[in-house]
Amino acid sequence: MSFDVPEDCQYRESHEWVRATDGTARVGITDFAQDELGDVVFVELPAVGDELATGDDFGVVESIKAVSDIYTPVAGTVTAVNERLRDEPELVNEDPFGEGWLLEIELADEAELEDLLSPAAYRDQIE
Amino acid sequence: MPVEFDSIREEHAAVRETVGKFDVSHMGQVTVSGPDAAQLTQRLTTNDVTALDPGEAQYSAVTDADGVILDDTVVYRLPEGESEDYVFVPNAGHDVQMTDRWKSHREAWELDATVTDRTEAYAMLAVQGPDSRATLAGETDVALADLSRFEIASGTVAGVDTLVARTGYTGEQGFEILCPWDAAEEVWTALDCQPCGLGARDTLRLEMGFLLSGQDFHPEENPRTPYAAGIGWTVKLDTEFVGRDALEGVYEEGVDEKLVGLELVERGVPRHGYEVTTPDGDHLGTVTSGTMSPTLGIPIALAYLPTAYAEPDRSIRVVVRGEPKKARTRATPFLDR
Repeated sequence: MSFDVPEDCQYRESHEWVRATDGTARVGITDFAQDELGDVVFVELPAVGDELATGDDFGVVESIKAVSDIYTPVAGTVTAVNERLRDEPELVNEDPFGEGWLLEIELADEAELEDLLSPAAYRDQIE
Repeated sequence: MPVEFDSIREEHAAVRETVGKFDVSHMGQVTVSGPDAAQLTQRLTTNDVTALDPGEAQYSAVTDADGVILDDTVVYRLPEGESEDYVFVPNAGHDVQMTDRWKSHREAWELDATVTDRTEAYAMLAVQGPDSRATLAGETDVALADLSRFEIASGTVAGVDTLVARTGYTGEQGFEILCPWDAAEEVWTALDCQPCGLGARDTLRLEMGFLLSGQDFHPEENPRTPYAAGIGWTVKLDTEFVGRDALEGVYEEGVDEKLVGLELVERGVPRHGYEVTTPDGDHLGTVTSGTMSPTLGIPIALAYLPTAYAEPDRSIRVVVRGEPKKARTRATPFLDR
């Protein structure tokens, strides 16, 4: 089985992805993670304005078979959450790097991005 | 059996809308034969075994002297011409315990019956769903149209000698096939439909309010009588069996708690072990099974609650990760079938 690991993202070992542009990062869970979880039925996310510290669990993704915590890959302030997931949690399965994104963070320290895994390193981890 | 082959949702939908197949060989099979086979099984199960004609089956409970459910099972009286008289199906991992139970009571009661654990010898496959008959029909010489619910017939499937029963754990029309373990692959392959895993098996049974052994009842961790577990209809107090006297008392006095269906009206997924409270936060009970119902699209669960909550539409809360979520009781099965 082969999973999508887009080149324009960075990764956390706990299977979150980060796509950073101009001090803001969009965050989601990876194709590998959504496949492990199976049918996602519920996503619990923080509120806009919440401050997240690196490594905190900031929410959960629940599938029919499991509950999985999601961890903050880079510290910052939540500037947006994906409201569509309220009624369409299956977007996490269908398009994990696109319409199934979870939230956007205004980065507290852009240097933290360097601590994340490269696509190649993450691919090594899951293969 | 894996948790899923493709996706729980797809597998679940296949069984509800068309047809799916399961390998349920983890379930036990114990045969009971000889002059006292009926009497032995009668005295160890709550339902009335003597009511079974050859080729008929019944759902039943195995209780201890206190009336606590040790296991739930289907007892089949095998068709004429079979070498064994009865086979019953204990839950996964219970076959040795149940075989020992039958043998030790046979000795204690000095009955003449042969009890054999066939779990390793038999495979059990299920084909379930509105199209299950069409899927199986081309592969079997059993007259499926003549097989009523809870009946069992001898016949071949894919040329293999089998027993075909109209039983299942999904609420849909369906069949369960017992065959020698080394022919299981031939039978499995001949059933041309969606393979389904444990995940869909669980969501399908939960939509029907069917019990899961070890979760909705457990002799040590969650000891429950058939009346509390909602299967009081399997208890025939006019028969003699271990636990009968205790259950007669429970029947007359009524139960304090019952297994109740519930539905979250807020977003979230109720799961095994979550607390159920009143709207004011007073403890009522604990969720034994819960899921997001794939068919209904709502979160559903079972929980033992005080009997006053056994009627539909009582307002309650389910505590999901520390957050009380609004919920209400509702009748089971959750799905009309």
